[in-house]
Parts: sequence; C-alpha cells; structure tokens
Amino acid sequence: MLISNLEIVFGKKIIKHLGLVQGSSVRAKHAGRDIMAGLKNLVGGELVGYTELLQESRKEATDRMIEQAQAVGANAVLNIRYSTSSIAAGAAEIYVYGTAVVLTEDLS
Amino acid sequence: MAYINELTVLTFLLILGFVAGTFAEGRHYNSIKKRERMLKRIPAISMRTPPDMNCDQVLVSGNIVIANDYFKLFVAGLKGIFGGQLNTYESLLDRGRREAVLRMKEEARKLNARLIVNVKLTTSNLGVAQNKSSGSLEVYAYGTALIAK
Repeated sequence: MLISNLEIVFGKKIIKHLGLVQGSSVRAKHAGRDIMAGLKNLVGGELVGYTELLQESRKEATDRMIEQAQAVGANAVLNIRYSTSSIAAGAAEIYVYGTAVVLTEDLS
Repeated sequence: MAYINELTVLTFLLILGFVAGTFAEGRHYNSIKKRERMLKRIPAISMRTPPDMNCDQVLVSGNIVIANDYFKLFVAGLKGIFGGQLNTYESLLDRGRREAVLRMKEEARKLNARLIVNVKLTTSNLGVAQNKSSGSLEVYAYGTALIAK
C-alpha cells in the first residue's frame, strides 16, 4: 500500500478513484506518564512519553485507514492529511484521511 | 505562616524553572543549529508539485511534544493580564517546529532522500494538565521524501 501526501505518483497512472478513506485513534496518557510530564512542566523541555504516545497513535490511525483502503480494493492512498484535536483533558484524537485510488504502471 | 511557606515554594519553583529552563533551552538551540547545518543538503519545501524527477516517494514525519518551564509559564500568565507579545511562547513554538522538521529530515536522510516536498506542519495543544493551560504543545511535521531510483 502506497501512502503519500502528494496527488500524483511518478511513473504510475490513476485508473480509478475510490473515494475518501479515513482512520482515527483516540488515546489518553496513563498516570505514570502524567506524573513525569507534570515534573517536566516545571523545568521545561521535551515530554518524551507523549511524543511516543502520539507517534503510536498516528501509526494506529494510519493502519486503520490502510485497512479501509484495502477493503475497497485500493492499492494506494493519495493526498493524505493528518489532524489532531484535543477532545478531553489528557486525551487527543489523531485523524488521518486521504483518497483511495487504484494505480497501474504508466507505460506511455 | 502558611502562606509564607507557599511563597517559598513558589519562589523555589520559579528559580528552578528559570535556571533549568534557560539551560535546557540554550542546549536545545545549540543542538538545533548544529543539526540544521548538517541537514542543509536535504531541503524541505512546501511546494505541492515536485520538480520533474524519476524517483520514489515515501511519507516521512517527525513530531515532538514540548513544554514551557514554570518560570516562563508564570511570566506568560502575568503578561496575559496586560496583553502584548508573549516571547516565552514564541521561543517554545520556534523550537518545537524546528525540532519536528529536523526529525522529519533525519528520517529522510536514512532513506537517502534528496528533497522533501509538500511539507505540512500542524500544531496542537494537548491539554496535558487537567484544568490549566500547561504550556505544552505538540508539533507534527510531515512531507513526501523523494528518493532517486
């Protein structure tokens, strides 16, 4: 599965558009991370636990989108976008969406 | 008596935040500048259409969650009363964005990419502390790395 935030793929031709596919993931941090983050808020700097948490969360959302794309028979998702929103205290939603397409080799 | 104790704690936290925060920020900026020089040869551009090249495209990304120290948070709180420019948040955002872009470039370097196009940056407040603005935010940078075939 090819994932790209461009609208084209070099050397390939889009033969079919299959519409929007999307994936989302909502995660909350756990208490241990929260305490460490509370301490980090005093001295400033990177909150490594959260960085990793959001990375995992993005991966999960992307995997869900890929699953959906496979279900409709696509072999690529183009022009994807990520967005984040904090929906409750300590919980963030990661949302990813894109256009599922079928690509073939461009022989011309 | 009780509030003298509180005042001592506050002063201690402010001094701790100021010393540790200033030190950490200086070190972070040095590291950012050094790595930016190293990664100069992989430009990250926000143009949507890539130059005509026969290459593979791979999504690359970088993220960071970064927090202000207690002193800066306090200063920002005070300035919030009178309004005006919040320098403390500006440097936090600047560090976050540059760091996220650098992490994206580092991923691109591992893939031997020569260029990153269509770079997007998103920033979000995580609401880390339950009931107050904690001054921590996430920056996420992503783009398409072009790798020569």
